[in-house]
Amino acid sequence: MAMTKDITCHQAVALVSDYLEGALSRRDRQRLERHLEGCEACSAYLEQMRITIAISGSVGPEDLPAEAVSQLLDVFEKYQRDKSNE
Amino acid sequence: MEDEVLLKRILGGDRDAFTELVERYQSSLVRLARYYVKTESSAEDVAQDTWIAVMKGLEQFEGRSSFKTWLFRIAANRARKTGTREFRVVNVDPVDPVSSARFNEAGMWREAPVPFTELINDKLANAEVLEACRSAIRDLPEPQQSVVTLRDVEGLSTREVSELLEISEANARVLLHRGRAKIREALEGKLKGGYSWQ
Repeated sequence: MAMTKDITCHQAVALVSDYLEGALSRRDRQRLERHLEGCEACSAYLEQMRITIAISGSVGPEDLPAEAVSQLLDVFEKYQRDKSNE
Repeated sequence: MEDEVLLKRILGGDRDAFTELVERYQSSLVRLARYYVKTESSAEDVAQDTWIAVMKGLEQFEGRSSFKTWLFRIAANRARKTGTREFRVVNVDPVDPVSSARFNEAGMWREAPVPFTELINDKLANAEVLEACRSAIRDLPEPQQSVVTLRDVEGLSTREVSELLEISEANARVLLHRGRAKIREALEGKLKGGYSWQ
């Protein structure tokens, strides 16, 4: 929660997602990085965001209803049969 | 097992490999289709048509793009043909990712964010955290839900996401930013036992 000349914590958090996307302008990136150097709270926020993204990346597929899978398998088998009859 | 290994098996008629691939991508395919079409059941139809197109095209698939990219492109094209939703004009007003109430007049945190390391050190394997994240994603409004699913869950690039959803990359990033903020908040709530500042 350090004082920084350039941007406030409130402004810094608005830049974090784009920062992680590598999409900030050079100027904004430098302002954010300077802020992060002196601000533990915003560094914690950045870390939260990194972990949030990592968790989203590990949720895996949702369980499908057995019916949906068997319906698609029917389609697959029909296609295989049609192909071998060609 | 890698997609490419499954694809080879599918070409040989292996139904278990097909099932595995379907289970891997079906929910994201339906979600992407749902972005374009009006109902869940037409989104499921689009996904089914996509799998048929995949089977027909598999022998010609040259692997110039990843299978995943190819698959989602087929689905997006089919969904676009099926129907366009009216709300696809995306509002890009900047939105605070964190409630203003958490900052003082000088724009500084009133209380520092809690470290999430506990979530991954002790709980990443924990089904509860994953379920909280999954449910936060499900609760996102469209088009945030599609953007987060394609970018963070499926790991496509922002450019690929913007092409699939026909929005600009800048627009995709704004939506991503909002979606991530909501998921972060949900996870923070989980860590703090449901306590919320808002």
